[in-house]
Amino acid sequence: MATAEIDAPVNALDAFRAQAREWLTENFDSALKGKDNSMSAVEGPNNDTPEQAKWKKAIGDKGWSVPTWPTEYGGGGLSRAEARVLQEEMARVGAWNPMGGSMGVMMFGPTLLEYGTEEQKREHIPPIVRGELRWCQGYSEPGAGSDLASLQMFAEDHGDHYVVNGQKTWTSGGQWADKCFALVRTDKSKKHEGITFLLIDMSSPGVEVKPIQLISGSSPFCETFFTDVKVPKGNRVGPEGQGWTIGKRLLQHERNSLGGGGSSAARLFAGTPLSALAKKYVGVDGEGRIADGELRTKIIRHEMDLRAFALTLKRIQLDAKSNSGPSAATSIMKNVGARIMQERSELLIEIRGMAGLGWEGEGFDEDALKDTRHWLFGKAVSIYGGSSEIQNNVIAKRILGMLDHQ
Amino acid sequence: MAVLTEEQTMLRDMAREWADNESPVTAFRKMRDAAPAALFDTAGWQSQVEMGWAGILIPEAQGGAGMDYVTLGSVLEQLGRTLTASPLAATSAAASAIMLGGSEAQKAEWLPKIATGEVIATLAIDEGPRFDPAKIAASVSGGKLSGAKEFVAEGDSAQLFVAAAVDGLYLVPGDAGVTRSTRHMVDFRSHAQVVFDNAPADKLEGVDLGAVTDRAAAATCAEMLGMAEAAFAQTNDYLKTRVQFGQVLASFQALQHRMAKMFTELELMRSAVEGALEAIDGGRPDVPQAVSVAKAVAGDTLKLVSSEMVQLHGGIGMTDEHDAGFYLKRARVLETMWGNSAWHRERFARLGGY
Repeated sequence: MATAEIDAPVNALDAFRAQAREWLTENFDSALKGKDNSMSAVEGPNNDTPEQAKWKKAIGDKGWSVPTWPTEYGGGGLSRAEARVLQEEMARVGAWNPMGGSMGVMMFGPTLLEYGTEEQKREHIPPIVRGELRWCQGYSEPGAGSDLASLQMFAEDHGDHYVVNGQKTWTSGGQWADKCFALVRTDKSKKHEGITFLLIDMSSPGVEVKPIQLISGSSPFCETFFTDVKVPKGNRVGPEGQGWTIGKRLLQHERNSLGGGGSSAARLFAGTPLSALAKKYVGVDGEGRIADGELRTKIIRHEMDLRAFALTLKRIQLDAKSNSGPSAATSIMKNVGARIMQERSELLIEIRGMAGLGWEGEGFDEDALKDTRHWLFGKAVSIYGGSSEIQNNVIAKRILGMLDHQ
Repeated sequence: MAVLTEEQTMLRDMAREWADNESPVTAFRKMRDAAPAALFDTAGWQSQVEMGWAGILIPEAQGGAGMDYVTLGSVLEQLGRTLTASPLAATSAAASAIMLGGSEAQKAEWLPKIATGEVIATLAIDEGPRFDPAKIAASVSGGKLSGAKEFVAEGDSAQLFVAAAVDGLYLVPGDAGVTRSTRHMVDFRSHAQVVFDNAPADKLEGVDLGAVTDRAAAATCAEMLGMAEAAFAQTNDYLKTRVQFGQVLASFQALQHRMAKMFTELELMRSAVEGALEAIDGGRPDVPQAVSVAKAVAGDTLKLVSSEMVQLHGGIGMTDEHDAGFYLKRARVLETMWGNSAWHRERFARLGGY
């Protein structure tokens, strides 16, 4: 991706801006504005309207769904500066990137570009660019959560292929996914060095997916069972025993997207402010303050936390642009993002009282019902993608240089 | 740090080097033990003046460097790291008031003297132990100011006061009609009572008191940031050397997670403080909100870090011989100055209409 590192001169950028504008005029129907059908890391079923599908195809064929990925695999081949211009121009007309949040774009694609063979990249990257295939993540197992490297799902060597047996869990969007990138064990005598990174076709015989019912009701998470599943050796990424290194690299992409995506913070700023909702439900005192003083203080603290989080996000982005390397602040974003989201959900419940605890049906606001389910599902945010406790271990060891027990 | 210009980066790095080498915490300890009348390190201040720091904010036409609050903050942060006893924050905030509201004649009279360190200026606002700019009784009649100001930073030595009266801010030279009483406080810095009795006063027209105290608060936040970072770093170093149960303390997960939590808060504090300094420099309309976020977050975080510094050092942290107590004591003073966290949360909500 050498071209992506070089910023184009300003006049060339202007030329590119004109080009991007023209292409958007031709390909993005302004009637689509606001009808965002983005894929997300937690895949859902494909419900695109014909117009949405047309936009998805246009941007996918152009490669601008992943503007800085190399053109030989279908990417846009743009420099970072050009990609920023494209982003600005898309925002100007209200266009979105349908593939921007997909698991393939956010996590698997960047990892495969780094570690995959030429053949693997040619096979798997273009469908990710065009959003044609959905990927799911086969990492966690019932006995391997925070201690992921203790995973047991076994891939037995059968010459030109492996035979895989075992179970994965928390497979987000497993029921809709076409492919799975999985960590499997190829050597039982070593822990980390016994792990291998495999790509498994979800339509293979012996793959069975069962959705998991969560405290929030139905969920995109699944249990996935593998019984004598044949996986060709060509689907192995990197050498045998290197899966842990590759898998961890992918987790870095995941953590960055979970905490620091920016869109999550922006979403928290949108919508009815908590203070307005609190005034409506709780009422105000003689001076116009939220009548419940303790609730008011919690709202203030939360809003300040949110501002400090947004400022930190901005600081990280500035650091990244000024090439001083990734800022240490990046390590805090997942935990802080989780705490802010969860606190906001808790406050929404507290503000509405009993009306904030409806499960379904008559007598409740639609918004309130949504917020209640969101509150429950949101408890997962500090557990998945490395729990808050694991994140704290990472900060202590990698950033603060605190040692392990000897 | 926000993206600094080359000039800003040089100044920050120079300040860091100077504080580490010329003004480590031992310099503060010496000052405390010697307890000079001014209650700051006069030799250290002289060096700072020679490096041009007293004039960072002051326009070049008046002998300053014409730089901004982000720059001043990056220097104050370095002084905070080593607890340097300097009147820089106080005199800079007072200079701001003159720049915001002074006539050409007032600027010409005072700013060059502040920039060269010939005059140390300070704000004299509060009349009680808690920050309360709405409660001011000092008044001016016939060009003479009368009233008692409490806990005036650098009040023991300042030659120029920017004093708040019921009808606005006044410039009051520190001689005729001024009586100072030293207050011995836990941080061993200068927070004098200053009584004005018919002191000649020259009005600063058209400056909002809030704009001035917000700048003072932002400068204080920068000093707090440096203190919190240094207190945290020293605690982290200590945990890596202290051995109990045959293990360094840093290997205990209970302590690792406390440190990770503090690190998280510190990063948010840095963003909030830099955000306030940038809001001031950008002349943004939300300066009051930005400053309130910074002061509230800074207050809570410094309180956490300074308390944990003592706790995690154990017994040695309780001794006067160790520096932890210096950080703890100075921390509470700065947390209180220009509005504590609760004061700023209250204002933030009111500004938000709730």
